[in-house]
Amino acid sequence: MSTFWSIWISAIVLGTVFGCWWLLHATRKSQTTDVETDRTVGHSFDGIEEYDNPLPKWWFYLYIATCIFALGYLALYPGLGNYKGLLNWTSANQWEAEIADADEKYGPIYAQYGQTPVEELSKDGDALKIGQRLFANNCAVCHGSAARGQVGFPNLTDDDWLWGGTPEAILETLHNGRMGNMPAKGVMPNMTNEQVDQVVNYVLSFSGREKDAAAAEAGKAVFAQACVACHGPEGKGMQVLGAPNLTDNVWLYGSNYEWIKETVLHGRQNQMPAQSGRLSEDQIQILAAYVYSLSN
Amino acid sequence: MKHEIVEKNIGLMIVFIILVISGGFLAEVLPLFFLKSVNEPIEGLEPLSALELEGRDIYIREGCHVCHTQQIRPFRAETERYGHYSVAGEFVYERPFLWGSKRTGPDLARVGGRYSDAWQRQHLYNPRSVVPESNMPAFPWLFEDVVNHNGTAAKLSTLQTLGVPYTDEQIAGAADQLEGKFEIEALVAYLQQLGTVLSDKR
Repeated sequence: MSTFWSIWISAIVLGTVFGCWWLLHATRKSQTTDVETDRTVGHSFDGIEEYDNPLPKWWFYLYIATCIFALGYLALYPGLGNYKGLLNWTSANQWEAEIADADEKYGPIYAQYGQTPVEELSKDGDALKIGQRLFANNCAVCHGSAARGQVGFPNLTDDDWLWGGTPEAILETLHNGRMGNMPAKGVMPNMTNEQVDQVVNYVLSFSGREKDAAAAEAGKAVFAQACVACHGPEGKGMQVLGAPNLTDNVWLYGSNYEWIKETVLHGRQNQMPAQSGRLSEDQIQILAAYVYSLSN
Repeated sequence: MKHEIVEKNIGLMIVFIILVISGGFLAEVLPLFFLKSVNEPIEGLEPLSALELEGRDIYIREGCHVCHTQQIRPFRAETERYGHYSVAGEFVYERPFLWGSKRTGPDLARVGGRYSDAWQRQHLYNPRSVVPESNMPAFPWLFEDVVNHNGTAAKLSTLQTLGVPYTDEQIAGAADQLEGKFEIEALVAYLQQLGTVLSDKR
């Protein structure tokens, strides 16, 4: 703050405090008596008159006390331009002190968990309690409070993993996030509507639910061209790409004909946001252990 | 001092009243207009794109700021949940700012990148489909209505007049950028950039 504004603010603030002080004394001096009488100030509005009595002493000194309080406050806290106050208080300082206190208290606990391998940590009841709270605050919005997921957001309690369920894979997912991207019509942008119907039937046939056996048979060739690159020749998926296994009973985007057709026609995009930087390394370690414990 | 002089002279009383009530403004508000720390953008802050700006206006139109604040206060309880506390330099291009004053829903100052685009769309279409206990209203019409870009260039140019560093090319290309975009795309684009400039997220 420039010196001008510093002086400007100080002058107004102090001027106000001393102005109030002066006003109290000035109005008190104009009173002619300090005992209560029946004398009125002399005016009458609609027959209502006003006594001309002094302010009670305790009341008057209470006002003076507020002025003294203001001066004390201004000496301790920043209120006068560039003057920082005797306590050197700022809201950022206060926040840092709060964080430092918490680090001192919780830091060692977190650090100890942060160095424990995920598998071992997933058997530690206290760590899992912390993990559950971290999960509720940061993950449940998508994966649900019971971690069972919903359409588009994977269930974390089963044994089926899009990107891998080893401690390393879970840690990688948490740290750097994942980008799931199924392109519309796979790698065959000129797929005809008939071919879409065929490939959907073929995908349904993996779980024996095809609507039209002939279409499913024809869909095999379409699948080989449009889908194998990610889902593999047998439709078993590929965890390095996050491509789901199409032969099991777990479906991220719905399992019936209409849902699968929608997926083929328009593709699916979703993202697991990276947590590095949002959560501390130790917190991520605890979360990984919690997620690992849900299915192990 | 004779109180009578002030009490019986309404002109003088008006002058004194104005003096008294302007004291706070002169000391607390006026100097802020000249303070660097509240007028200079933080490093890397860019004005909103045309799409994000229209998203912001949809945010205002739907009253999101009535239930969501955009200001993280410097308390540990808040920074642990929402990320680094808000700083003045993040808001220098905000006209008007959307700090809000009531949190029925969570603070959104750093919601950008916290959830995926797919989640944001799903959640705005029907909040209860992703968060069963949510009491947020659904906004399905955002998926049907196309962004009205008749006024976009004028909005950008008004902001430019007020000191937001938009280039003339940005203003000229504003309407094209919005051609055929649905309102949901604008709103999600706006939400996904909130608070992302400050790299220190914790």
